Amino acid sequence: MQDAEQERKRRQRKRSIAIAWVLFGLVVLFFIVTIVRLGGHVADRPI
Amino acid sequence: MTDVAYPVTTAALEADSGGDVADYVALMKPRVMFLVVFTALVGMVAPPGSMHPVLAIAALICIAAGAGASGALNMWYDADIDAAMARTAARPIPRGRVTPSEARSFGSVLAFGSVVCLGLMANWLAAALLAFTIGFYVFIYTMWLKRATPQNIVIGGAAGALPPVIGWAAAAGTVSLAPFVLFLIIFVWTPPHFWALALLRTRDYERAGVPMLPVVKGEDATRLQILIYSIILAPLGMVPAIIGLGGTLYAAAASVLGALFVVLALACYREREGEKAARAAKDLFAYSVLYLFLLFAVLLVEQGFNIHVGALPHIWTS
Repeated sequence: MQDAEQERKRRQRKRSIAIAWVLFGLVVLFFIVTIVRLGGHVADRPI
Repeated sequence: MTDVAYPVTTAALEADSGGDVADYVALMKPRVMFLVVFTALVGMVAPPGSMHPVLAIAALICIAAGAGASGALNMWYDADIDAAMARTAARPIPRGRVTPSEARSFGSVLAFGSVVCLGLMANWLAAALLAFTIGFYVFIYTMWLKRATPQNIVIGGAAGALPPVIGWAAAAGTVSLAPFVLFLIIFVWTPPHFWALALLRTRDYERAGVPMLPVVKGEDATRLQILIYSIILAPLGMVPAIIGLGGTLYAAAASVLGALFVVLALACYREREGEKAARAAKDLFAYSVLYLFLLFAVLLVEQGFNIHVGALPHIWTS
């Protein structure tokens, strides 16, 4: 019973890590897509 | 701060069946997902102009997630059918690795996320088409047609045929007649592909109560339908060459691949008994996957790679 509980926790931990990686990937993707959509001259504007 | 020990309730255990990451990947039907992404990519490189590679990759990820969402929601709703069929009994829900409510939540979040992200990263026409595709697959095909009519996979095939149109819309921002030619090819390809498989699994479908054509109309009627659709598919495969989507290489490939499709469908029509009949259906099913892959691969090579000017793909030259 304890083994089953440990196994369940191990899988839950793996799922949590996978979700973290997916979220991190989404953040990176949104950042890159934003830069691409803004275009290369976004930094040239007067401050 | 004090530690509080919460009792583990049955509901809590039911809410978390302890599925592995691999179970969630299986929920998304990765092989179907690959074909969806591949055909969407062809639709993406086909329109005139170019799409930034980063945006193209982002759009493909969204389309893949949308296909995964459809798969997960299909497995949630069809868990009873899956459990009754040998081919699908090992899927995560029948095996008890993922609960139906987990699959439903996973699919819903993925569906919503993929549509919103595609809208933000590409455009809202592509996002609307993706939303329509997921909705059609889940509500029209899975929840209604699959259990109601032997024409289930004919009409439901529209969902599987839409990815090139979504890809085209993501790249061009509009849709024209051309992507619907690609849609039609997959739409007409779907019945002989699935019915060849259904011929091999007639007992399974019968036991699960799914009114597939061989169960309702018999195997001979199914073989005739397969042949008719194959005869329509072969010339239809040539249309991209006629409207300028494909070139000489595509025309040659489409004619040879289409003729071979008809030859195998004819063999499937003629062989009606025993091992030979099963072999013919198996060959046609395997070839149908190869047919679609090769047809779209040739289109991808011709459209995506500007072989006359350089070796870089079209979408990489922006």
